[in-house]
Amino acid sequence: QNSELFTLTYGALVSQLLKDYENVDDVNKQLERMGYNIGIRLIEDFLARTSSGRCYDFRDTADKIQMGFRLFLGVTPSITNWSPAGDEFSLHFETNPLTEFVELPDHCLNLKYANVLTGVIRGACEMVQMEVTSWFVQDQLKGDNVTELRIKFIKRLEDAIPAGED
Amino acid sequence: MVIYGVYIVSKSGGLIFNHDHNLTKIETEKTFSFPLDIQLQCENKKVVVAFGQRDGIMVGHVLTAVNGIPVTGQQLDDGRDVFDVLKTQELFPLNLKFERPKMTTNEKIFLASMFYPLFAIASQLSPEPRSSGIEVLEADTFKLHCFQTLTGVKFIVVVEPNQGGMDVLLKRIYELYADYALKNPFYSLEMPIRCELFDTNLQILLEQVEKTGISSV
Repeated sequence: QNSELFTLTYGALVSQLLKDYENVDDVNKQLERMGYNIGIRLIEDFLARTSSGRCYDFRDTADKIQMGFRLFLGVTPSITNWSPAGDEFSLHFETNPLTEFVELPDHCLNLKYANVLTGVIRGACEMVQMEVTSWFVQDQLKGDNVTELRIKFIKRLEDAIPAGED
Repeated sequence: MVIYGVYIVSKSGGLIFNHDHNLTKIETEKTFSFPLDIQLQCENKKVVVAFGQRDGIMVGHVLTAVNGIPVTGQQLDDGRDVFDVLKTQELFPLNLKFERPKMTTNEKIFLASMFYPLFAIASQLSPEPRSSGIEVLEADTFKLHCFQTLTGVKFIVVVEPNQGGMDVLLKRIYELYADYALKNPFYSLEMPIRCELFDTNLQILLEQVEKTGISSV
């Protein structure tokens, strides 16, 4: 399956945002927001296709997020670096279809190129009543060996839980 | 295998989709001579048969036409009041058309908002923790099956009583929702679903299930 059109499309999106906003921080925010809007929809597709049940443990969530990357992006990151309290973990990506062929120029060193992914994770988890936050710890586009995305559990969104699930 | 209808209720309790399948239209037409031997009365702004059930015209049926002229509420489309016409001997014999009343959209929305808290009561009544909400509601003429997703959206099908495998059908409808509603960027979450592709594919799914059974999907 040729994913180059996908990579090119994402690249066109980011470069257009840079032209529209000029400020790199604003672009990072927009990418995260777009990701959020994708995440709130994509979660239902994930649930419908995999018939997944609710996660009662963050390790469950980590496995499902990993499955999501495999299903939707065709990459399988490894789950590593669990915090002692079990509320934070990292995903290590060797490759990322979004960033193939990309080189960050000097004036965009603060650009979080793949920030859409942090939004997708936030949106998807929010729809299943979990508040999480995620950020890039390492970025291959900035010279690191791997791209490391760290995800932290904040809290369960108690009032939003559907009837019959508490 | 008869499927009567599909409903989708959003996580905030609003009806966002309804499809009536296989609802037979019951209509009877008959010519009456003076005086009218069916008791009619005004109910809910409609002219309804109160008593005098016969020949397929049942109590509760609504008067929809007099001599071919449609009736809206209590008035004929030509401006005359129905009850005045029915009292006038010279106008008889009259041809009257009656129909089984259909649920209006507002009534469906109301019922869906009623279903939402009832669904929740089921899980509260349970002696065990973490019980689900209503999964099946059974009556003598139909069975209602409900599936709630982890995100709180409820998929409901109303089918004939001895139908099995409805959880498979509900899952397939969930998949159609994830594809044709959610992946449509012009569809906003929690809003009524007005996506043609969703309607078309749902119709195909329901017809396939009715013709070849649930195991074919």
